[in-house]
Amino acid sequence: MNWASWSDFFAMGGYGFYVWGSFLVSLLCIVGEITLVFNRRRTLLRQLSLIHKATQYEQNNETTS
Amino acid sequence: MFLWVIQRDLLLAMRQRADVLTTLFFFIIVVSLFPLGVGPEINMLRSMAPGVVWVAALLASMLSLERMFSSDYLDGTLEQMLLSPQPLSLLVLGKALAHWLVTGVPLVLIAPILGIQFNLSTDALLILAVSLLLGTPVLSLIGAIGAALTLGLRGGGVLVSLLVLPLYIPVLIFGAGAVEASSAGLVASAHLSLLGAFLLASLVLAPWAAAAALRISIE
Amino acid sequence: MAINWFKYSSPASFYSLAGKLTPLFSITAFILFVVGLYISFFVAPTDFQQSEAYRIIFIHVPVAWMSMFLYLIMAGWAAIGLAFNTRLSSMIATAIAPTGAMFTFLALWTGALWGKPMWGAWWVWDARLTSELILLFLYIGFMALQAAIDDPRRADKAGAILALVGVVNIPIIYFSVKWWNTLHQGATVSLTQSPKMATTMLTGMLIMSLACWMYSIALVLMRTRTIILERERHTVWVSELQGAA
Repeated sequence: MNWASWSDFFAMGGYGFYVWGSFLVSLLCIVGEITLVFNRRRTLLRQLSLIHKATQYEQNNETTS
Repeated sequence: MFLWVIQRDLLLAMRQRADVLTTLFFFIIVVSLFPLGVGPEINMLRSMAPGVVWVAALLASMLSLERMFSSDYLDGTLEQMLLSPQPLSLLVLGKALAHWLVTGVPLVLIAPILGIQFNLSTDALLILAVSLLLGTPVLSLIGAIGAALTLGLRGGGVLVSLLVLPLYIPVLIFGAGAVEASSAGLVASAHLSLLGAFLLASLVLAPWAAAAALRISIE
Repeated sequence: MAINWFKYSSPASFYSLAGKLTPLFSITAFILFVVGLYISFFVAPTDFQQSEAYRIIFIHVPVAWMSMFLYLIMAGWAAIGLAFNTRLSSMIATAIAPTGAMFTFLALWTGALWGKPMWGAWWVWDARLTSELILLFLYIGFMALQAAIDDPRRADKAGAILALVGVVNIPIIYFSVKWWNTLHQGATVSLTQSPKMATTMLTGMLIMSLACWMYSIALVLMRTRTIILERERHTVWVSELQGAA
């Protein structure tokens, strides 16, 4: 463990801005991409279930009328 | 058949003479804009000239890529070409060379005159013409792939430039490099031979890829 | 035991397979990331030349490797999709593109942030940086082309051709940019002799690259499943799936 204290862990030998800048942006991009894929999937599934319910509803009506 | 395609396209191009001239004037205007933007300072212009002329040639040849297939696509002759017994890549080669004759060759002729604006030495102007002569067909051939891919797409014009520009970069580097090397007194044969290599490679590969792309776009 | 390769090539069976695999890969990716980050910050010694700034290597190099590696894989799947006409392989190629583009952007971003302290400039027209930038344009071109074409079948094939033309051009672009760079300012800056790699640095970097690899597999599988659903929405098995859900 070569960091004396948390503060110089973040200072990163004076290059904190650069090191944390690159790591943070990478984390941001990765998390961003995951959320993008997830809500793309969620909206799609919601759409599909809506379509499914609609077709289900139609079939029931046809049989009963 | 091959010559027929080139001859037919030249005929078509000659009929709408305006298209030929617009590309040419676009080239002239773009090249003359730079000194206005950058300032009249002579040796700065001289060092910038190869890059400016080559980028302008790149953009000019890309401007008219869109029309390479679209007119035939709209009136159906492209489908006929697809059905013809002739190998499609030969027809595409013909169209690309016709496009080069219409846009590339005028650029090659005009470029040295524009080079004078940038106070290039005479042998640099010569190398400029030769490098353009070798480079512009490659631009048309690779452009043919882009045009075939984006046939009939909305916003195709912009899309073609997005697809094709990264592929133009080696040609730009060695084209401008050749002129720069000659103006710096070095011998430019290395750059020119590489441009020749690109030309040969694209002559063989580009029509085949563009034909495959056409078959997909037409289906 | 002949492995029936084509069993999983139908979107329906691949969908369930991918469903099982994705959590597996994402968990390994998460673990590897944690281990990798731990090593890169707490185990790896301070570099004698650049003190702490060099730690960016732990994200920059794996990301740059991934950006080039993913383009090759994308082109590979695109070629298979084109040759065997299997829709699934083209879907995977389409799914890889955004992740590859993200890694290329990250490679440029982390490279710039590392370049600032080391060379004193955000952007240096070094051969590698320039070809990485061009790689980003290739990715964006691929995605733009696929987005512009409505009919998925044509989009897949057109994208495949562009990816293959791109793959042929990558070495050409790289060497011409390298030649161009040494021609102009000479190799003032060369990354070739990277700092003498202490073992912990190397292991840290390898673990991070493995983590990036697992992450991209998991993400690509997830995106492929979404694309499958999108394209197969009218099929029977999707509605059964809905019925069950």
